[in-house]
Amino acid sequence: MASKINIDLAVNGTSHAVSIEPRRTLADVLRDDCGLTGTHIGCEHGVCGACTVLVDDKPVRSCLMFGVQAEGKAIRTVEGLANGDTLHPLQQAFWENHGLQCGFCTPGFLMLSAGVLEQNPDMSDDEIRDVLSSNLCRCTGYQNIVKAVQIAARELRARPRV
Amino acid sequence: MSYIGRSLRRIEDRPLLLGKGSFAADCNAPGHLHMRVVRSPVAFGRILGVETAEAAALEGVAAIWTADDVAGLPPIDFRQMGLERLAPYRQWVLARHYVRYVGDPVAVVFAVDPYVAEDAADLVFCDIEELAPQLDATAEPVTFMPDIHLGLLSEPAVIRRGYGDLDAAFAAAHKIVALEVKVGRHTGVPLETRGGLAVHDADTDVLTLYGAAKVPHYNRDAISRMLGLAPGRLELSEGHVGGGFGIRGELYPEDVLLCAAALRLRRPVKWIEDRKEHLLAANHSRDQVYRLHAAVDQRGFILGLKAEVFTDQGAYVRTHGTTVTDLSAAMLPGPYVIPAYSVEGHIRLTNKTPAGTYRAPGRYESTFARERLIDRIATELALAPVEVRRVNLIAAEAMPFDRGIETLGTAVVYDSGKYRDLLERVLDRLSYDRLQAELAARRDRGEHVGLGIACFVEKSGLGPQDLVRIKVDGRGTVAIVTGVASVGQGVETVLAQICAETIGIPIERISVIHGQTDRIEIGFGAFASRVTVMAGSAVKIASEALRDRALETAAKLLQTSPDALRLSGGMVEAVGGGASLPLGDVALHLEGAGGLTGEGRFVAGHMTYPYGVHAAQVKVDPSTCAITIERYLIGYDVGRAINPMLIEGQIVGAAAQGIGGALLEEFVYDENGQPLAASFADYLMPTCHEVPAIEVLLREDAPSPLNPLGVKGAGEAGINAVGAALAAAIDAALQRPGAVTQLPITPARLHRILRGPQS
Amino acid sequence: MKPAPFDYVRPASLSEVLALLAKHKDDCKILAGGQSLVPAMNFRLARPAVLIDINDIRELDYIRSDDSGLTIGALTRHAAFHRSVVAGPLGAMLSKVASNIAHYPIRQRGTFAGSLAHADPASEWCLVATTLDAAIVAKSTRGERTIAIGDFFNGTFSTDLEADELLTEIRLPALGQGWRTGFYEFSRRAGDFALGMALAALRFEAGIVREARLGVGGVSDRAIRLRKLEARLVGGAASPQMIDTIAHEAWASVSPIGDIHATPEYRRDLVATAVRRALAEAAA
Repeated sequence: MASKINIDLAVNGTSHAVSIEPRRTLADVLRDDCGLTGTHIGCEHGVCGACTVLVDDKPVRSCLMFGVQAEGKAIRTVEGLANGDTLHPLQQAFWENHGLQCGFCTPGFLMLSAGVLEQNPDMSDDEIRDVLSSNLCRCTGYQNIVKAVQIAARELRARPRV
Repeated sequence: MSYIGRSLRRIEDRPLLLGKGSFAADCNAPGHLHMRVVRSPVAFGRILGVETAEAAALEGVAAIWTADDVAGLPPIDFRQMGLERLAPYRQWVLARHYVRYVGDPVAVVFAVDPYVAEDAADLVFCDIEELAPQLDATAEPVTFMPDIHLGLLSEPAVIRRGYGDLDAAFAAAHKIVALEVKVGRHTGVPLETRGGLAVHDADTDVLTLYGAAKVPHYNRDAISRMLGLAPGRLELSEGHVGGGFGIRGELYPEDVLLCAAALRLRRPVKWIEDRKEHLLAANHSRDQVYRLHAAVDQRGFILGLKAEVFTDQGAYVRTHGTTVTDLSAAMLPGPYVIPAYSVEGHIRLTNKTPAGTYRAPGRYESTFARERLIDRIATELALAPVEVRRVNLIAAEAMPFDRGIETLGTAVVYDSGKYRDLLERVLDRLSYDRLQAELAARRDRGEHVGLGIACFVEKSGLGPQDLVRIKVDGRGTVAIVTGVASVGQGVETVLAQICAETIGIPIERISVIHGQTDRIEIGFGAFASRVTVMAGSAVKIASEALRDRALETAAKLLQTSPDALRLSGGMVEAVGGGASLPLGDVALHLEGAGGLTGEGRFVAGHMTYPYGVHAAQVKVDPSTCAITIERYLIGYDVGRAINPMLIEGQIVGAAAQGIGGALLEEFVYDENGQPLAASFADYLMPTCHEVPAIEVLLREDAPSPLNPLGVKGAGEAGINAVGAALAAAIDAALQRPGAVTQLPITPARLHRILRGPQS
Repeated sequence: MKPAPFDYVRPASLSEVLALLAKHKDDCKILAGGQSLVPAMNFRLARPAVLIDINDIRELDYIRSDDSGLTIGALTRHAAFHRSVVAGPLGAMLSKVASNIAHYPIRQRGTFAGSLAHADPASEWCLVATTLDAAIVAKSTRGERTIAIGDFFNGTFSTDLEADELLTEIRLPALGQGWRTGFYEFSRRAGDFALGMALAALRFEAGIVREARLGVGGVSDRAIRLRKLEARLVGGAASPQMIDTIAHEAWASVSPIGDIHATPEYRRDLVATAVRRALAEAAA
C-alpha cells in the first residue's frame, strides 16, 4: 500500500482530520473517511453527477478529484444543505414536486443546483435546464427535477440577498 | 379526510433529501472485507488455469477464491418453476471449464480495502484458450460447452403458443403482410450499482445480507438452499434501493459469494459493483428479432398472425428463466382481436452478458413489432394507420377478454378496458385531424415532422399473493409491515394512503416496513407492477380488519354499538357527535389481547391488464440525422389512481427510459464479443435535454374487477410503446412508411435509411 | 474503478514542477483539471507512478489580452470562458465554444491547456487552436520553446510535447475589426464528444472576405484546418452558393473514422453540414 498523507478537510464547516492514500477520490474520502455517505457514487468516471459536491462554492464531480486535492478548500455536501430542521428551498421544492423517486441521484442534483444558483441566481429556465443536463437520473424523466429547481430558483431570487 | 386519489408528497422523501439514505454502499460493519470480482476478459474460451499466487501475496489480501474453492456451491436456480430441462444452462457463481462472456466471474478477491482488492484482482491471471464466440441469435445454434455438455446446443428452449385456426385465416386472407424488426440490447441501468454487505452474528448464528432488493424473501430461500442454511439462519434486509427496473435484486453470483464469504472468512464482507462491472455483469435485456406474417382482410383486420421471435439470451439462462420470451409470446397480440395466432419464441444463447427482464419485458419489444406491423398493414392497404387500429381493437363489450393463451402460469384474460374509447380520447387531446394538417403544412414548407401513434396492453399485479400486518400502538401511530419491496417507486406513501383512508388516521402517523425477511414470513417483492395491486389490496383488507376490531372494542368502552362509531383523524368518534376516544387508547386497551392489529392477505390467480396509447411528434434534421421529440402524450387507464402525482412520475420516468432504448442506448459488441459500450461515455442514457415534456392523460375508466381497490399497475405504462410511437413518427417525418425496423434509431442508422447503404 | 497507487506531489512553484518533470519524465503525469486524466486512472487505463498537481501554481492561472491576441495560462479553466474574456468576436466565439464542452461541473475543473495536452480529436479547444493557428509554449528545465499548432498534434492522444515539458501557455491571435465567426457541433447528446464540428472565422471588408479560417474536428485523429478552402473563400462574398460549394469540398477532403456512434459515411456528411452551418453563421 502506498503511504498515507495526513490532511484536514473542511466539510460543511467542520474540520475532519484524515489519513489517506493520495489515490483515494474525494468521493471515497467523504464517504468512508469523513462518514458523510450522502454523496453518492454512480459511475466513477464523471458522467452521472451523483457525486457532485461544492468545492470553494463550485459544483464539481468528487469522483474526479483526489481527496488530497481538497486540502485547504471549503467543501459542501448534501448533509450541509438544510438549516437544522428547515429544508433548503431546493430540498423543499424537490419534495413538493416529486423531484425524486429512488433518491440516489438527488444529492448530486441538489448540490449542482445549489452551487449554480448561488453563482448565477438569475438563470433563465432554459439555462437551468441546460445545467441540469450535467447529471443523470434514471427514475423521474427529469420533468419534476427541472420544475423543482426552477421553482426554487424563483424563491431564492425573491429572498433578500446577503 | 380522503387520502385515495390525492397527489400527496411522499412520506419517504425526507431522509433522501437530507443525505441520510441507507443505500447498499452506506452499510458498513466493523472490520469488513471488500470483495472484488475477477472477470473474464474474453467472450468465449476454455479455462486452462487461474493463477492467484502473486495477488495473494499482496499486503491486505485476506483470501482469493476460484471455482475450486466454491466447488460445493450449485449454480443459480430459476425463480420460475418447471424448467428442469434448462438446468445445464444455469450460471455457476464462478465460471467452471469455460468462460462464456466478457465479465463472467472467474475469481474473487477479499481484501481490507476496495483499492487493494482491485490491485490484487489486477494481479490474478486467467489463462484462457480463446474460442470463436457466437454473437447472432438468429444464426443456427452451436454447442453450448464443447466436451462438458455433449450435444447440448445454444437453444435452451422454444416457446410455442397459439390459438385459433391459422390455416383458415391465411387461406381467407386478402393479403399477407410480412415484417422483420429488431430491438437492440439495452437494460435498466439503475443509478445505484449492485452491492451488499453480509454480516454473520456469531452469537445468534444468523447471517444478514444488507443491500437486498426486489425479491428479498425469494433470495433468502434461494441462497439458504445453495449454502445449506437452515431456516432462520439467513435474513435479507433492504435499505434504500437506487432504482430497480427489473434487473436489480435478482439473484446474481456476487450475492451468493458475499454470503458464503462472510460465513467462511468469519468477517463481514462488502461488495459494491463499479459501473463498468455493472454494464458487463448485471442483466442485459431486450435484444429480440421478430419475424411476423399477418393475414389481413380488406379493412386491415388481422385474421391471423404468425410470429417467430428470437431472444438473444446472452451467455446463460439466469433467474428469469424463459420469462421474457414467454411474455413476448403472450403479449404480442396486444389490444387487438387477432382471432388466430401462433408464435415460436426461440431462446438462444450467445457469448454476451446474460439477459433478464427490464421494465415492460417482452412488451416494449412486442409492442414495437406489433405496432410496426399495424403501420405496415396500413401502408400496404393504403389505409390510415389509426383506422387500422380502430378496426382491430378489442371492443369494450368483449371484456373480460380471454386471450386463450397462458403466461407465467396464469391465463391471459384482459379483465377490463375501453380500448377504442381511450384511443379516441388521445386523438381528441391531440386535435388529431388539425394536428395532422398542421404537420402536413410544415412538411410542405420543407420541414421533416411527423406523428406516430401506438396502442398497447400492459399486465400488472402478478400474484400469487401478498401479506400485510398493521399494528397501532398506544401513541396512535401505525406500522404497516409488508413483504413487498421498494425500489424507489413510492411504495410507502401509496400503502400509507390506502391505510389512512381506511382507518381514518393522518398519514404522518403511518410508517411502512418493507423488504425485511425477519419481520414477516412471506413476501413476493417488487416486480411486474404488482405492489399497489397486491400489497395495496392486502393493506386495504388488513386496514378493514383493524378498523372493525377498533370499532368493536371502542363500542364496548363507550357502551355503544360499532355502527354508531366511525374512525376519523386518529380518533374513534360517535357518528352523531359526542363521545370520542383516541385510537391509541383503543390500542392500549387491547395490549393484553394481542394489541390493535389487522392482517390482510390478498391472493390473485389472474393478472390485471391496464392499457394505453402513446403519441409522439418528432422533427428530423436530415442533415445531421438529429431527432427532436416535439411532443409526447401518453394516455393510460390505471383503473383507479391512488396518488396521481406518483403515477405520472412513474409514467414520465418510464417514458424517458423508453426514449433511451429507442434512440440512444445500445450494448454494441465487436466481432470478438468485446463490449464496446462499457462506460457512460458510450452507453448513452437520456439527460434532461433528450427528454421532452411528457403529457399524461390519466384515466380511471375501467377499474379492475379483480381487486378491492379497482387498481391496476402503473410501472410500465410509460415505457411500453415508446419505441413503437417514435418509429412511426420518424417514418411520418421522413414520409417513408416502414423505414424504421430497428431500435435504437441512432443517427448512424437514420443516416443509412436516408442515404442508403454506402461502400 | 479505483486508481492504481501513485505518489502525489503538489509543488508550489513552476520551477519545482519543471524539476519534477525532468526527474520523473514518462513515469509522471501532470494533474490540472483532471477531467480526462482521472477517469482514465479510475479505469486503470492510465497508471502514472507520480502525479504532479499544478493546481497551486497561481502564476499559471491567467488570461491576458493585447493587440496581438490572447494569452491563456495553463490553469485557465473552461468556465473562465463562460463570459467573454475579451471584447469582440474572439471572446464571443470562445464563450460559445466553451458552452459546448462537456457539462457545467466539468468546465469548473477542466482546463484549456489540459485539453490540448490530452489531444482528444473531438476536443473543441483543439479545433479552436488548430483553426486559429495558436502557438503553444512549452517549458522544461532545458528552457522554453514555442510550438506552432501545426506541429503540435501527432495524432489521437499524442502531441509534440517531450516527457519533461509542461504546456504553460497558449497564444491565440486576435480577431479584430471585421472578423465574424461561426461554430457548429453535432454530438449524440448535449455535452457529448463531437461526432463532427466546424469552426469558421471570416474577416470581411465591404462585404468581401479578406481572410478566412476554417477547421473541422471530431472527424479524424486530430482537428484539421482546411487551408485550401480558406483560400477559396477569400475574395468572395461567402454567398450561400459558395458556402455550399465549400461544404461539398470539405466533404470530399476528409477521411473520417468510424466508431460505435458514427460510420465514416455519416461523419463525412456531418462535416459538410457543420462546415455549412459554421460558415453560414460567420457570413450572416
